[in-house]
Amino acid sequence: MINKMRELDRSRVNALHSVADRWKALPKWQRSLAFVAFVVFLYYLPLLGIPGLTWLRTDSISGGSNWAGVLFTCAVYVLVAIGLNVVIGLAGLLDLGYIGFFAIGAYAVALFGSVNSPVVQYFQREFDLPPTWAVTWAICAFIALVMALISGVILGWPTLRLRGDYLAIVTLGFGEIIRIVARNMEGVTRGPQGIAAIPGPEGPPSSDNQIFGLIDIKPWYWLAITVVLLMVFAVRRLEHSRVGRSWLAIREDEDAAAVMGVYPFKFKLWAFAIGAALGGFAGFLFASRYAFIDPTQFNVNLSILFVAMVVVGGSGNMVGVSVGAVLLAYLPERFREIADYRWLAFGLAMVLVMILRPQGLIPSRRRARELKDRAAEAEEAPAHV
Amino acid sequence: MSDETNTPAAAPKIPAQPGPAKTLLEVDNVTLRFGGVVALNEVKFEIKEGEILGLIGPNGAGKTTCFNVMTGVYKPTSGSVRFRGERVTGRKPHQISRLGISRTFQNIRLFPEMSALENVMVGTDSRHKTSVPGALFRLRRVRPKPEELPEVTASGGLVRTWQQVRRSFAKTFGLSRHILEERAAEDKAMELLRFVGIADRANDAARNLPYGYQRRLEIARALGTEPKLLCLDEPAAGFNPAEKEDLLGLIRRIRDMGVTVLLIEHDMRLVMGVTDRIVVLEFGSKIADGLPEAVSRDPRVIAAYLGEPADAA
Amino acid sequence: MLLELDNVSVSYGRIEALHGISLTVNEGEVVALIGANGAGKTTTMRAISGTRALSGGRITFNGEDISKLRADLRVVRGLCQSPEGRQIFPGMTVLENLDMGAYTRRDHAGIAADLERVLEMFPRLRERRKQAGGTLSGGEQQMLAVGRALMSRPKLLLLDEPSMGLAPMIIQQIFDIIVEINQQGTTVLLVEQNAQQALSRAHRAYVLETGRIVKEGTGQELLHDPSIKEAYLGVA
Repeated sequence: MINKMRELDRSRVNALHSVADRWKALPKWQRSLAFVAFVVFLYYLPLLGIPGLTWLRTDSISGGSNWAGVLFTCAVYVLVAIGLNVVIGLAGLLDLGYIGFFAIGAYAVALFGSVNSPVVQYFQREFDLPPTWAVTWAICAFIALVMALISGVILGWPTLRLRGDYLAIVTLGFGEIIRIVARNMEGVTRGPQGIAAIPGPEGPPSSDNQIFGLIDIKPWYWLAITVVLLMVFAVRRLEHSRVGRSWLAIREDEDAAAVMGVYPFKFKLWAFAIGAALGGFAGFLFASRYAFIDPTQFNVNLSILFVAMVVVGGSGNMVGVSVGAVLLAYLPERFREIADYRWLAFGLAMVLVMILRPQGLIPSRRRARELKDRAAEAEEAPAHV
Repeated sequence: MSDETNTPAAAPKIPAQPGPAKTLLEVDNVTLRFGGVVALNEVKFEIKEGEILGLIGPNGAGKTTCFNVMTGVYKPTSGSVRFRGERVTGRKPHQISRLGISRTFQNIRLFPEMSALENVMVGTDSRHKTSVPGALFRLRRVRPKPEELPEVTASGGLVRTWQQVRRSFAKTFGLSRHILEERAAEDKAMELLRFVGIADRANDAARNLPYGYQRRLEIARALGTEPKLLCLDEPAAGFNPAEKEDLLGLIRRIRDMGVTVLLIEHDMRLVMGVTDRIVVLEFGSKIADGLPEAVSRDPRVIAAYLGEPADAA
Repeated sequence: MLLELDNVSVSYGRIEALHGISLTVNEGEVVALIGANGAGKTTTMRAISGTRALSGGRITFNGEDISKLRADLRVVRGLCQSPEGRQIFPGMTVLENLDMGAYTRRDHAGIAADLERVLEMFPRLRERRKQAGGTLSGGEQQMLAVGRALMSRPKLLLLDEPSMGLAPMIIQQIFDIIVEINQQGTTVLLVEQNAQQALSRAHRAYVLETGRIVKEGTGQELLHDPSIKEAYLGVA
């Protein structure tokens, strides 16, 4: 039976590859047009009403979740997957504590943006500020990004000298430490009580908010998908540069890379910091949208889920990890029947993927970039010295 | 040349090559111990600029270890390595690579999933500067040379206008350093693939290349770092005589490019055919150092390594 | 006839690497397989040892069709390959590596005697017997790989480029050893770049070019064949 499934899987991947080939063979303007159409579709998704596709909506089943809300979660997870993919897929560093950065981003906006937070209250007392004062949302975004980045560097500096399993263990510990600190430092984080009244783009949650409210989630999704698109663009730029090549080289043979002039520590630290910043920003979006966070939301399970998104989707390939993230966020919402067995289903899916396709559902096909003219040029060159 | 006095007494006294060849690399009394094992014992030799130096010796004599000390993979227990007068010992491998020492590996160590071209580009990257901010924001502008400006190819219409706008934009504001470096890296890498004769498979993943191509790709990648000194660790292992003959020509052409070559090789026919001078190691110590003909007749070398005089083999 | 390849083909994906090759190895022989890089020598070895599946043809060993047999079971039948590329166990000591070679054997006295013999052949290995395999130099690892293959006392020993990366003196010794173990009753199939040595020691030899056998004969015949001389011996 496994053989039959392998056979099926192989034909599926071949089909994927031929689609990819055809895609690459299209003229550039057609590709850009298709890409624009896809982006438009992404923005249209929360309004989805095309007959024949409405069954995709999670509110098409009784008691289903808010459709835009699910889309928002998907977008945040995709952001996480893209960030984690830089660390695991590109630089080859197994980070099991990614939730830590997500939590740091979330707590950054909570601690500095909410009137509820002890930190803000401290500032109010010290500097005689009005009780409604808090750091504005946009500045919180910046703080979240920088805090996550710095924590990535602080964690990476001593640990990136470790290799493989050791790094995984240390990062796993890091994720737990952040959660436990958040629970125990009640004077700063209000511990298990959590922090409410986390602001959105229009300030603290209130019924006056016109766009980013708690009822209509669509604007939140549009905000998140915009961030995702920007980050995809940024990570693509890195992938196709000297930096991306250095990451790949380190992943494949660190010692050989060093002898070829790549400083592994520097590029590993960059990967870690960029991944951390993306994870932190995802956490920031998550906290702003729900307006309330507490430490239980950042447990190890979620960290493992993040790694699962990358591994199932296809480590190293941005399309792959995004699909992995969407699948793992969307399927339990749409198919409520399996929601109770969610972890069992994940477990089974993971085992199946590992047996059939250890590279992930949409594996990264390391293909030379568009160098057709160069290949033609090469044919004229003599084959032998 | 003045250091020749320090060779062990039994080694033949070979007159140094005529001409004022400068010393490129100096291995100065390097000792390396792993636990109780002495891998290198007070090894001392130098490499002159522009020569092809052979490094031979029985298996386990310390030849590859010597490479590892020179390229910063191992740190010697005592002694030092100097490259163009600068102390190399204690520097990290990537720093040494930037100073101008590059190498290939005995058991091929390419980046298997990357294409041949990308493998070489990792090498050429070491001469470039773009890092994360440069690749992300591309703010660093460089004034391009005329041939580097975007071309206007369309004959008319909107496309042509767009291309003209791009060209004049690049003229006024320059191009990002990232883009220029990418192009330079690609061109250089392609040139090197052509130089070693494997350009026809530039886009294939290194792991899918035939064995002989992989060996050549290692050389191209090492040349990508623009070395002054190239260390080749058994580049002809597993080659048949015809392939070895090709390699011999390649090594000579590398030297003619102005790169000094240090060669570890067991095939004496190849070593005798291409090297200007030979250093022989045994049990981590230097036992001979001199011109190929003299070394191949040295009784100690014959006893330790050749088994019979090389020209009879 | 100990080993027979009948019209064997092997493909990597869509590319066929061996186009139906047939060869035989008789009991007590040393047979050499020579050819340029990429001719298919290693693929042939892999097909015989079972690490590469056939796409056509059949392999008979000792009268039994082993075309579909798992690689480890072929070892039990008495077919042992010294792996190309020095695949030794880097974390195990030299002695442990050699012991792994005798994994399928039960005769403790014989194992001890063979261990002694291997250490006799390679004094370097005796010196380093307590050292981890990974800390040996490339050439020493090659000696270890050959030594480990000898430890399994196979009926048929497959050697993939045993002389690769070895110093001239050791190359002589390796070929002496091959002849010696052959005289003691082990049949040997040998892939070599060092055609000079291989042909002068082998009873018979096959020449492989781009996945096909283009020539066969006794070692001496091929050694004096002008076309072979030019292509593989490097003598004009």
